[in-house]
Amino acid sequence: MSESSAGNDITLEQGLSGIVEDWAQEKQTFHVPWGKAMMWIFLLSDTFIFSCFLVAYMKVRASIVAGWPNTSEVFALTLFGHHIPLILIAIMTFVLITSSGTMALAVNYGYRRDRSKTVLLMAATALLGASFVGMQAFEWTKLIVDEGVRPWGNPMGAAQFGSFFFMITGFHGLHVSAGVIYLSIVAFKVWRGDYEQSGNYEIVEIAGLYWHFVDLVWVFIFAFFYLW
Amino acid sequence: MAYVPIADRGQEMSHPHSWVTKYVWSQDHKVIAIQYSITAIAVGVVAMVLSGLMRLQLGFPDTFSFIDPNQYYQFVTMHGMIMVIYLLTALFLGGFGNYLIPLMCGARDMVFPYMNMLSYWVYLLSVLILMASFFVPGGPTGAGWTLYPPQAIAQGTPGIGAGILLMLISLGVFIVAFTMGGLNYVTTVLQARTHGMTLMRMPLSVWGIFTATVLGLLAFPALLVSAIMMTLDNLIGTSFFMPAMVSMGELNEHEGGSPVLFQHLFWFFGHPEVYIVALPAFGIVSDLISTHARKNIFGYRMMVWAIVGIGALSFIVWAHHMYVSGMNPYFGFFFATTTLIIAVPTAIKVYNWVLTLWRGNLQLNVPMLFAIGFIFTFTHGGLTGLFLGNVVVDLPLSDTYFVVGHFHMVMGVSPVLVLFGAIYHWFPKITGKMFSETLGKWHFWLTLLGTYSIYLPMHYLGFLGVPRRYFAFDGTDFIPASAEAANVSITVAALIVAATQILFFINVIYSLFYGKKADPNPWGATTLEWQTPQNPPEHGNWGDELPRVYRWAYDYSVPGAKQDFIPQNVPPEAVEKAE
Repeated sequence: MSESSAGNDITLEQGLSGIVEDWAQEKQTFHVPWGKAMMWIFLLSDTFIFSCFLVAYMKVRASIVAGWPNTSEVFALTLFGHHIPLILIAIMTFVLITSSGTMALAVNYGYRRDRSKTVLLMAATALLGASFVGMQAFEWTKLIVDEGVRPWGNPMGAAQFGSFFFMITGFHGLHVSAGVIYLSIVAFKVWRGDYEQSGNYEIVEIAGLYWHFVDLVWVFIFAFFYLW
Repeated sequence: MAYVPIADRGQEMSHPHSWVTKYVWSQDHKVIAIQYSITAIAVGVVAMVLSGLMRLQLGFPDTFSFIDPNQYYQFVTMHGMIMVIYLLTALFLGGFGNYLIPLMCGARDMVFPYMNMLSYWVYLLSVLILMASFFVPGGPTGAGWTLYPPQAIAQGTPGIGAGILLMLISLGVFIVAFTMGGLNYVTTVLQARTHGMTLMRMPLSVWGIFTATVLGLLAFPALLVSAIMMTLDNLIGTSFFMPAMVSMGELNEHEGGSPVLFQHLFWFFGHPEVYIVALPAFGIVSDLISTHARKNIFGYRMMVWAIVGIGALSFIVWAHHMYVSGMNPYFGFFFATTTLIIAVPTAIKVYNWVLTLWRGNLQLNVPMLFAIGFIFTFTHGGLTGLFLGNVVVDLPLSDTYFVVGHFHMVMGVSPVLVLFGAIYHWFPKITGKMFSETLGKWHFWLTLLGTYSIYLPMHYLGFLGVPRRYFAFDGTDFIPASAEAANVSITVAALIVAATQILFFINVIYSLFYGKKADPNPWGATTLEWQTPQNPPEHGNWGDELPRVYRWAYDYSVPGAKQDFIPQNVPPEAVEKAE
């Protein structure tokens, strides 16, 4: 990367026209396969969906008159006699971030054409994702059954708390569930050797892109909904 | 690593053989384009009939017993939503986007043909869901096409049961369909162009459609989110948008919702949507004008940057639709400023169209007439837009017919004129037959003059203060009798324009069967779609070898060349010199 240090004296204008020139060359605009380009564009679009959800939530949260429930109390669990705030969410977040790690390893082994390790790691990723959804189901059940939180109201405060909680985590949970199914299908096809002929394991990376995106979105939901 | 054009990597094309795989479950972008177009036009005819019914009521109140106030609002709502989303968006992007992108970029098809096919069938599903709302108890929703809460789902609005639900579901399904198609269009333009087709050699049609698709992919999410939230408010009683209020003498069961939140989400989609419709029209009209003026487009690079710039700006102007909702004056100042800034790239485009016409060898055939008509109607609608972009002018005019006139001029008539021009222009390529010039010219002149006699008086009505959205004007003494006369004349003109469209259908259907065989390149156009080995192009578009592009799309009347156009795929050494 010695070139980059030499490029310090390039002005912004030169840099911008360089980008335009680069894009306007006789080539694909991005040096990636079609499927990967499409996944990136889809994720950009999906980013706007989640942003709209979160911005709408922030707007309501900032202007609501009724009191907002204290999230660290609502999402607290009593484990072994200790009352620990946000413990379940912390575990869920840990699980999901871990699954991103296994996914990254799967992509690496995919490109090395190490099929068994790829399948194993993808299965682990899907399993971690499924356990995330399972814990979410537990969280929902606890809120609905034990604490009486409903989408249209709750005993703790503003009705919108439940509305946004179920809508945003539900929409994200659907993304995770879809991802688990998607990863399982791709893992199965890798196991069956569908990509051996072409030797092209980009599909693993494309599935990985989606998975990392879903994890990244969770980080924002975690920060804005649970920690705020 | 040497560059290997991806379109050249030998992927076997399997050509369909049975009638069903060729014309029904087709993965060919050209067939999908025609399916999209036919569906969009069919549903557009429904919306046109609805507008005729509205005009009957406004022109001749107390005459037609079959139009009651509830139905009137249902007609307004369905007319608006169908025209904006299910006709214009679908026809420009699903129809022309599908047809033109692979042909103009020199690709064999969209990058993922199967997903492209799904896109159409999901779109058809959304149309069917929307049409079903005409037949459910209570009828379709009458909330106004913007579906503003609280009235969209409050007691007293027509169609608050199944009607609004079907509308919201249909919108959601449409967005899924659009996303599948849109990802294809964007990826195809970025990644699947042929040799030599650099981004700055692409015809402006492709630039317009491409930028509009990007806008769609980023703007429809806001509509999806607002549709989901309103569905939840309606179905299970959440309070995202619904405040506590008394309607029809009853306290509703909502509390603390924010109706203005919906307006922000809706217009964050709604304003880019204007450009989702307008940018393809800009692009296509540039190509029509350049081709039929036998002259290169003036300022090609500026035209491209104007399209991209308008697209980017369209995301930061949305609240100019909400001046009357009330906002911090600084916000009004911000949104008025950004709105007026959009006039700069738009004006560049208009100047460039006019300068392309300047001293051109104008061929006043049907597509060209529509293109020139567009310049008039668009300039007209754009100028009234400058009035409405200012907060202080907008406040008194916002709820009057001035807005209806402005909006229909700029987003109704203008794109529709381009659509007609484009259909006439590419008809010989799509069908291999020529249409009737005479019928086409009648269609043009009646449509252009007719629409002017519809929408010009509306500006006058607006200045008089005639409120829009009203079913009847009883008890509004400030409205002079001349307004009623204007309303009658508008209605008569509207019915004539509606009837005129029959000429278009006769022309298309008659020419399809009995039209004389078209030349493969009847207009002498340079772009790739006119250089296909077969006319109309077959599955795979290019026969055995992909075309190679040597020049931009606008080599018309090049000095020293024998012909007055040089197709994009003619190498420099093959250009015939003039004697």
